[in-house]
Amino acid sequence: MDAESLLLSLELASGSGQGLSPDRRASLLTSLLLVKRDYRLNCTDWSLLPPATEEMVVQTAMVKGRFMGDPSHEYEHTELQKVNEGDKVFEEEVVVQVKEETRLVSIIDQIDKAVAIIPRGALFKTPFGPTNVNRTFEGLSLSEAKKLSSYFHFREAVDLKNKTLLEKADLDPSLDFMDSLEHDIPKAGSWSIQMERGNALVVLRSLLWPGLTFYHAPRTKNYGYIYVGTGEKNLDLPFML
Amino acid sequence: MGDSPPNPEAPSQQQSSSRRSSQVSERQRSREPSQSQAAFPDEGQQVLLGAQQINLRWSQGGNLPEDENLPMFQAEEGGMGGMEYQPMSAGFPVEFQTQTYLDESGTQAGEQTTSLMQQLQRLQQGQGGFFQQLESPTYPGANVLGQFSMYQRDDPQFMQNIEHGPYLRDDPALHFSPSELGFMNFGTEMPEPEPRELAVQNAKAYLLQTSINCDLSLYEHLVNLLTKILNQRPEDPLSILETLNRTTQWEWFHPKMDTLRDDPEMQPTYEIAEKQKALFSRSGGGEGEQEMEEEVVETAVPNIMETAFYFEQAGVGLSSVESFRIFLALKQLVEQQPIHTCRFWGKILGLKRSYLVAEVEFREGEEEAEEEEVEELMEGGEVVEAHGEEEGEEDEEKAVDVVPKPTWKPPPVIPKEESRTGANKYLYFVCNEPGRPWTRLPHVTPAQIVHARKIKKFFTGYLDAPVISYPPFPGNEANYLRAQIARISAATHISPLGFYQFGEEEGDEEEEGGAGRDSFEENPDFEGIPVLEMVDSMANWVHHMQHILPQGRCTWVNPLQKSEEEEELGEEEEKADEGMEEVEQEVGPPLLTPLSEDAEIMHLSPWTTRLSCSLCPQYSVAVVRSNLWPGAYTYASGKKFENLYIGWGHKYSPDNFNPALPAPIQQEYPSGPEITEMSDPTVEEEQALKAAQEQALAAAEEEEEDEEEDEDEDLED
Repeated sequence: MDAESLLLSLELASGSGQGLSPDRRASLLTSLLLVKRDYRLNCTDWSLLPPATEEMVVQTAMVKGRFMGDPSHEYEHTELQKVNEGDKVFEEEVVVQVKEETRLVSIIDQIDKAVAIIPRGALFKTPFGPTNVNRTFEGLSLSEAKKLSSYFHFREAVDLKNKTLLEKADLDPSLDFMDSLEHDIPKAGSWSIQMERGNALVVLRSLLWPGLTFYHAPRTKNYGYIYVGTGEKNLDLPFML
Repeated sequence: MGDSPPNPEAPSQQQSSSRRSSQVSERQRSREPSQSQAAFPDEGQQVLLGAQQINLRWSQGGNLPEDENLPMFQAEEGGMGGMEYQPMSAGFPVEFQTQTYLDESGTQAGEQTTSLMQQLQRLQQGQGGFFQQLESPTYPGANVLGQFSMYQRDDPQFMQNIEHGPYLRDDPALHFSPSELGFMNFGTEMPEPEPRELAVQNAKAYLLQTSINCDLSLYEHLVNLLTKILNQRPEDPLSILETLNRTTQWEWFHPKMDTLRDDPEMQPTYEIAEKQKALFSRSGGGEGEQEMEEEVVETAVPNIMETAFYFEQAGVGLSSVESFRIFLALKQLVEQQPIHTCRFWGKILGLKRSYLVAEVEFREGEEEAEEEEVEELMEGGEVVEAHGEEEGEEDEEKAVDVVPKPTWKPPPVIPKEESRTGANKYLYFVCNEPGRPWTRLPHVTPAQIVHARKIKKFFTGYLDAPVISYPPFPGNEANYLRAQIARISAATHISPLGFYQFGEEEGDEEEEGGAGRDSFEENPDFEGIPVLEMVDSMANWVHHMQHILPQGRCTWVNPLQKSEEEEELGEEEEKADEGMEEVEQEVGPPLLTPLSEDAEIMHLSPWTTRLSCSLCPQYSVAVVRSNLWPGAYTYASGKKFENLYIGWGHKYSPDNFNPALPAPIQQEYPSGPEITEMSDPTVEEEQALKAAQEQALAAAEEEEEDEEEDEDEDLED
């Protein structure tokens, strides 16, 4: 979601109940403009988050529970680590400290990789290489908007190569270069797709990361997603369907 | 194509496309404005030429000689002065258009073009000059499909304005173009005065072929495509050409619908809009106008907009438009049902649809009627079943073999709480969207609450959907929803300390009839607690809904007691031994317990408080958020407070969900001698037995005979 359309997006994504209060919205708008210029929490001070690395992801997978709100808070958890000492190998309990900042970074990265979505047709790929925004994207039609296959993950395609040739024949290589939502595991389960306001707005909510809301007004160019939540993955998803 | 000889002089009105080019020529010569010849699709004409122009624009990246073509066609345009290039120029006069192309063509051709222009303007006077120059562009016109590679041309020849024969092309693909073939034949067979004109005609006829599948011809498609491009003037059109192509094709098949016809896709949208519009109309419009005075009467509908405003300060809630619709929907509910008080409880999200929940209290006596109907239905069913069982038992008794009766008895069903008490204190109505009818949820039973604690399922949005789970949930989604609502209400409905107080105490607290303990009333002297204090300490908030015991009720009932006993209060009971055998009484925290006594989740406090706006604490609102039930919020400001829930309807647990294990294997029926089967004797044994019996019989007969003989002998003596 662009900074310019923040207000509109919040309005459209409000069906999930979480939003921002007016004062926060105001400060967010102002500060986003500044962030574009340079970097600066609290909707006024931003700090540059380091990009996520794999080890961060591994570390933070061990941490459960809520975020504290303080980036410098450190989580402790004990881990059994194998320690090599000479010829002996024995396990020791090691207390690993993970900073909340690290955890935040990796969670954001995971969320982005897992559930950031865009409608089909909004981006397209040219044979020259780079992916472009499709300026003639007029929005999905109503029937398309209700189907999961019209939305793609906004990330490098992971699954495309695994498709059979038959399936690939139907794809349009300039548009379908990302994974569709149809094949998310669990199938037919990890997204809730609803029409609100009497078909004037389609809202997708992720069930794997509760708090992620994607909205799109069919036949218009408006779409976007926002995450407002506790930053915890819903691992109970298979039980809940 | 070469059949109808072109007759540039006569304005022939024949069918083939050749007349178009001849018209062109005529127009060019006569310089008449084209409007008189509106019979023809002028745009086709113009776009053909425009196509040529565009083509040349694209080829600017290519060879230099191509730029030479520009001035030619611009000159033609100049010649056509009066023609309106409506789709092309977007209102620009022709001269300006010429100018822009000149500018964009790059500086290389700049100087050359001006001189060329002068020459070519002279050429226009001549007869055949146009078509000589038209010749080459037809091929680009035909090739506009995809071949951007341009062919070489000889510059000086064009400038000389001599009638030339057909030029040979280097590009091998061009050899396949039918127009060229026709053209070549032409050139060799008959010396036509306008060979290039024929080429134009051929090319155009080819383009105008409609494809087999549809009525769309390539020509028209290109017209649309180029029109669109010129109208929108996107940056870098080459890179998005594919998309534009597809879009244009799509548009051809999905024209913008007539306003007179209904779009089938939009039908559901319109239906819902109409329903919502009905919300906006006043009720009882047919009975005459409502006077203004009547509207000031107090209604049971709460001030949703005010609540929404305060929650918005906290960053919670739905958009204001949605809130207003909810307000209207509640108003509709109040009019339909005999409601005493009503409150917007919140929104529960579901997979396919969401639920809007309203918490209501009926007026006195109204509710009983509906309840009885529901109960009668249920009891009717039960009576029938019992009857059936009795009959079955009778039949069984009549049978010779009595089937051993199982010793298992189902655990006694804990009776559900009466209406207006405990977990069933309020009635709940749900609807999926404002404008849709409200559905009443049934009362919750303790069994349902107990099971709801064990499972964790998403709501689908349909009330009659089954809840498939283990342990099997006794009911469908409506019951599960009601159970979750009950749990959420009991856990997260809080109010500022002092807002509610107990009624007048009746004697000692030790008496079991302390009715003040489960009912409360508003404190008229409540002054409000300053917001900062509300935020600081959890002791300033209290629960005002009764806690639900593990049994599933708010007030404890001993299931083993057979006699109907009056309700006992859960706390401070010392009479624990009234016929309770193995069941311990369950105790829960009393009503109006402050939040500071709530158990923690791991190391986290179950509630989080904050001020809505730290920059202006004077006007901000205290907000409390539940960590145990994510989505439950409460705000308090001065004397006002309100609770709201917007979420999926599940409790938070830091550990993963563990489903209940299946029950242990039941014991088999104990085997004893009475039911142990005897093994049947084998054939040998039977035969042996038979032989032994015969022997015994024979021996017995012999003995008898002996005895008889003895007797006879005795007698004879």
